[in-house]
Amino acid sequence: MGKKVVLIEDERNIIEAISFILTRDGWEVKTHSNGHDAVEAVRERRPDLVILDVMLPGKSGFDILQEIRDDDELSDTPVLMLTARGQEKDREMAERAGASRFMTKPFANAEVLEAVRDLVRP
Amino acid sequence: MAESSMIGSRIRERRVMSGLKQSDLARRAGISPSYLNLIEHNRRRIGGKTLIRLAEVLDVAPALLSEGAEATLVSALREAAARTETGGGPGAEADRAEEFAGRFPGWARLLAELSHQREELEGTVKALTDRLTHDPQLAASLHEVISTVTAIRSTASILADTKSLEPEWQSRFHRNLNEDSQRLAEGAEALMHYLEAAPDAQADIKSPQDELHAFLEENAFHFPALEGAGGAARIGAVIERAPKLETRTARHLARTVLEQYVRDARQLPIEALEEAVAEHGAEPDAIAAATGLDMPTVFRRMAMTAERVSGPVGLVICDGTGALLLRKPALGFAMPRAAAACALWPLFQLLAQPGAPLRLRLRQGETRVLALTATDSAAPAMFDRPALLRPHMLLLPDPGEAAGFVREVGVTCQVCPIEGCAARREPSLLEGGF
Repeated sequence: MGKKVVLIEDERNIIEAISFILTRDGWEVKTHSNGHDAVEAVRERRPDLVILDVMLPGKSGFDILQEIRDDDELSDTPVLMLTARGQEKDREMAERAGASRFMTKPFANAEVLEAVRDLVRP
Repeated sequence: MAESSMIGSRIRERRVMSGLKQSDLARRAGISPSYLNLIEHNRRRIGGKTLIRLAEVLDVAPALLSEGAEATLVSALREAAARTETGGGPGAEADRAEEFAGRFPGWARLLAELSHQREELEGTVKALTDRLTHDPQLAASLHEVISTVTAIRSTASILADTKSLEPEWQSRFHRNLNEDSQRLAEGAEALMHYLEAAPDAQADIKSPQDELHAFLEENAFHFPALEGAGGAARIGAVIERAPKLETRTARHLARTVLEQYVRDARQLPIEALEEAVAEHGAEPDAIAAATGLDMPTVFRRMAMTAERVSGPVGLVICDGTGALLLRKPALGFAMPRAAAACALWPLFQLLAQPGAPLRLRLRQGETRVLALTATDSAAPAMFDRPALLRPHMLLLPDPGEAAGFVREVGVTCQVCPIEGCAARREPSLLEGGF
């Protein structure tokens, strides 16, 4: 039984590519593409890891991260933040909001794999 | 299949293209037809003299046979592979790039092209990053481009790296790649279009403040339509007809400035101003005393009227933070568009001593002007809030030595050559000090 990851991202082809490489790597991938009910999806799924895009329709990734960290049952879940802006400001915001790791688009597939493997040790 | 093993196929292809029989080519190259046959079916490795002779007969460069006509494509694919495996992990089969290019020349070219596009776009993105914070439309376009680039990079790398990719996945990713490349092309075009349409030749991104000032400059800071009775009712029409005011924020800023203009014009109508200047000269303090108005009102009227009335007059207004609210450059005295102005401008002394107007000669580079300063308040002091000061600095032609001491000032630190300045915030770009 593979480790579970929830991928919250709104770009269809990025979802497809990341899901593919993670599935090949033995992960059980569930995707979600809007901000509104992302936290519910995480709550329902109880993943070992959340990959979270900063810019989402409906709600900012920072707000979603905050809600995950404020939730007693989810707060320990590692969260890998994805953003299209490599600016220091976003990195700081992600760190303050409690992101476990931060990755800037465009990224290499290998970087994603390395990050998720680092964040969830078997 | 190693790259060199494709030489035979290329020799065969070349021979057929030049209409030679296998036996003819073999004879002219001095080898047996059966040996050539083995070579052409990639069953014998060749090099050295045989390769050179075959190349001579076929009238091609030996490298074309040994490296292939697609050498540039293959090296582009290798570069793409090298670029995409920065994070370690299983790399693309760079040694099989030729095979890939040979089997799927169209896809290979697309991949190489996309990778090249990606590299260019990454460069563009880097160069534009600091603009992101200033322009939401630009931020949105760039975000779209980066998202697409991310999808392309990830998809291309799956196609290149995954051994034995199932045909369904392969065609799915090919379709995504095609889709995204189209989106990328459109996104890049939209971005170029947007940047080309930027306000001036330097392709600066315009802020609402820039739009306001472009509008004011276009009208020479003078609005005859707003003079006289009922001016306030005509502000809307003036703003409506101004193509330079593109954003809502800029129109809002313009309305604020024009409302002030109408209030000032009501207090000091154009005829009264002309009379006062004729009687007292361009002396704001004398005009203020004669008309019973405060000095900032007189400053604004003198600066925002036809030049024939009060001559060339510059004006700067700032708020309590030192941010420039209005700037009318004149007499060669330069003012920064976006950066903070020179801290030595007497304008800013008023923030410490609002009640003490100054009259001072300034030298900025080769330019000399006479600066007069005075303050009014955008809102009066209350117990829960201090008065909101609005220092004004009027610039008049330099009256010469008789007017006394000259203070040397700059425009903004970045472009200021003054050495050893105690007010310097950052190094000058002019000094090569970096």
